[in-house]
Amino acid sequence: MTRKQRRMTIIGGSLAVLALAAALVLNALRDSIVFFSTPSMVAEKHVAPGKRFRLGGLVQPGSLRRGDNLAVTFEVADGNAKLPVAYKGILPDLFREGQGVVAEGMLDANGVFKADTVLAKHDETYMPKDVADALKKQGHWKDDYGAKPAATTAQGNSQGAVR
Amino acid sequence: MIAESGHYALVLALGLALIQSFVPLIGARLRDPALMNVARSAALAQLLFVGASFTALVMLHVTSDFSVANVYENSHSMKPLIYKITGVWGNHEGSMLLWVSILALFGGLVAIFGNNLPLSLRAHVLAVQAWIASAFYLFILMTSNPFLRIANPPIEGRDLNPVLQDIGLAVHPPMLYLGYVGFSISFSFAIAALIEGGIDAAWARWVRPWTLVAWIFLTLGIAMGSYWAYYELGWGGWWFWDPVENASLMPWLAGTALLHSALVMEKRNALKVWTILLSILTFSLSLLGTFLVRSGVITSVHAFANDPTRGVFILLILCLFIGGSLSLFAGRATALKQGGLFAPISREGALVLNNLLLTVACAVVLFGTLYPLAMEVLADFKMSVGAPFYNLSFVPLFALLLLAVPFGPMLAWKRGDLLGVTQRLLAAGVAGLVAVAIAWGWARGGSALAPLAIGLGIFVIAGAVTDLAERTGLFRLPFAATLHRARGLPRSAWGTAFAHAGLGVALIGIVCETTWNSEYIATMKQNDVAHVAGYDLKLDGLFQRQGPNFREMIAEFNVSRNGEALSTMTPSKRSFTTRGSSTTEAALLTRGASQLYISLGDVTAEGAVAVRIYHKPFVLLIWWGPVLMAFGGMLSLSDRRLRVGAPKPARAKQRLQPAE
Repeated sequence: MTRKQRRMTIIGGSLAVLALAAALVLNALRDSIVFFSTPSMVAEKHVAPGKRFRLGGLVQPGSLRRGDNLAVTFEVADGNAKLPVAYKGILPDLFREGQGVVAEGMLDANGVFKADTVLAKHDETYMPKDVADALKKQGHWKDDYGAKPAATTAQGNSQGAVR
Repeated sequence: MIAESGHYALVLALGLALIQSFVPLIGARLRDPALMNVARSAALAQLLFVGASFTALVMLHVTSDFSVANVYENSHSMKPLIYKITGVWGNHEGSMLLWVSILALFGGLVAIFGNNLPLSLRAHVLAVQAWIASAFYLFILMTSNPFLRIANPPIEGRDLNPVLQDIGLAVHPPMLYLGYVGFSISFSFAIAALIEGGIDAAWARWVRPWTLVAWIFLTLGIAMGSYWAYYELGWGGWWFWDPVENASLMPWLAGTALLHSALVMEKRNALKVWTILLSILTFSLSLLGTFLVRSGVITSVHAFANDPTRGVFILLILCLFIGGSLSLFAGRATALKQGGLFAPISREGALVLNNLLLTVACAVVLFGTLYPLAMEVLADFKMSVGAPFYNLSFVPLFALLLLAVPFGPMLAWKRGDLLGVTQRLLAAGVAGLVAVAIAWGWARGGSALAPLAIGLGIFVIAGAVTDLAERTGLFRLPFAATLHRARGLPRSAWGTAFAHAGLGVALIGIVCETTWNSEYIATMKQNDVAHVAGYDLKLDGLFQRQGPNFREMIAEFNVSRNGEALSTMTPSKRSFTTRGSSTTEAALLTRGASQLYISLGDVTAEGAVAVRIYHKPFVLLIWWGPVLMAFGGMLSLSDRRLRVGAPKPARAKQRLQPAE
């Protein structure tokens, strides 16, 4: 192999790996991105049933019902709209009525949000940022939610999701 | 008084760092050894003062001096002593102080062990270290001073976030920081080489041990953090593709690539420019990680933690160092003499492939981490990039890398024989295929890809064993000769084999856990029995107990299998009164490499408790893998060839060593 051929092999190989990676990323982006919505955004955009998204808002006080076998239903509200949510499983330690919540799942045919994951990336004084921002944008931000942000949730993955 | 001394010591360290930033450079220009040697004493003095400052903060925490804001916000007089100490770095200010302490430690180590470095190289390296240190001292002193006093000291502190009161979190941050910050050494060496305009194989010999040390700690730190998340967060997940985790994974990927490219540079004097670039990128990614974690930018760009100046300040440091070093690289890289080219099928070629796949995989993680941020700023909508994205993009690239791993160490330098290596790897390949077949027949349910992935893991492990067997002449030579050869084999060869086998072990653990994990979620009353994966778990009862700074509710489970009693498991739920928050303490029962896992949910009005029980087959392999990798790293580090300045072994002895 001449010097030029060697160089071309290495450059060609690099380009092939890069192209492969780009193709994989584009393909993954098409299928696996999950968007974030609030109940009013869901109402406005008429999200189709069966499409996965993240729903964020406040748990409507008084809406939490516990059924048999760990089934729970509650409503997520953002001041303008409400959306009923059904979930089966153990709610995170910090799930409370009137507090912020982020749930991941999809709408069913009846317009109920079937959540398979309930995230609680917050502690008692701290709102999930996605929720706080969405509420701020809609003018429903109450200062006391953010008045005392948690002393930094220090290291590493302490902010890991709780499912 | 202690707080003020700590503060003062930190200011003095900043002063020393500033001296260390400039005086050695002037010395190098003037070729004045005395001025260049200032770097050494300044680095040691800096270590002394930062150490004093850090000790002061630890003492404040231990004595629960609530007149200091940092102690008040993160400590409690009833907190156990160990968490009083580890709470020092369980908060923003303290962890930044730990960061600079470790930076100073590495600077001091270079000063102590760098006696055989050329004087001007050492001066430059320590000066670059001091630039980084100065930036972070300024950051701490201006935006995150841990020694601030409160005018009216409260009687009691606000306690540390309960999830951080755990031994895993006590060890995880220092390990991670030793990794992150350790890469600053290879960065400083790279910048020094660019400034001096010269680089050679000796440079790689100096840099590689430092990179290896950082890499070992980072590997252990990431594994530790993952295990902590697994048992502390209460739902058995060990990796979330959370931006904070990605922030530690990216330097690891780049650092792994750097380890391998430095090898090529050391042995073949090639890939010089690329190695320099990787050194810069690895530390830049460490800085980016620090920025992502410390600035609060993660879920929203608009809200910078509780103090916007912090995020902006770190962003400035980030731009200064990444931008500055890359411009220097762009300007000076062409001045470095290019090394020779080599045949694509060779050890060098395999290492280039390794570098390509690792850096591209790293770029994919970077993309996945920053894309949601970019879209939020540019297009104003929110989204998340989670596990499905990485499964479709990162995982295939890594699978490709693992497939190539066994070939690399068996190819010869300069010109390899791919066919010959394939023949020698035949046994490993067969072992992999047998594993696929066994997994296929044995598995009930789960992805069809899982048995293939297990086969890949076995192939990687068997490949590492084959490499050792080939080198020692196992089965070819008499056993005594094999033993003799094994003893003569360089430790780095053993290290390579262990580290590569560790990859395979971790892969098998990951696949088994994600595919054949069984889960049982229900509300249980007293004497209810749960059946999970052949185990019977009977709830004996619920008890209350008072801990030092919490109350806990304990559930006692009796575990049996086929009527034979095995053990008792006691998961609990702790509520911390000071912060009004609770944590779930999972109970783990280890059986071989598999684990039973119980965590508790809420108690219902009738006295039943929600429980989550998992059986996680071979889950421990996920962490044994990284431990093996780190062990391999340590073996390699102890190799005498890496110890610069170690006398060369006598020639006669050398002849006994097998040809590589």
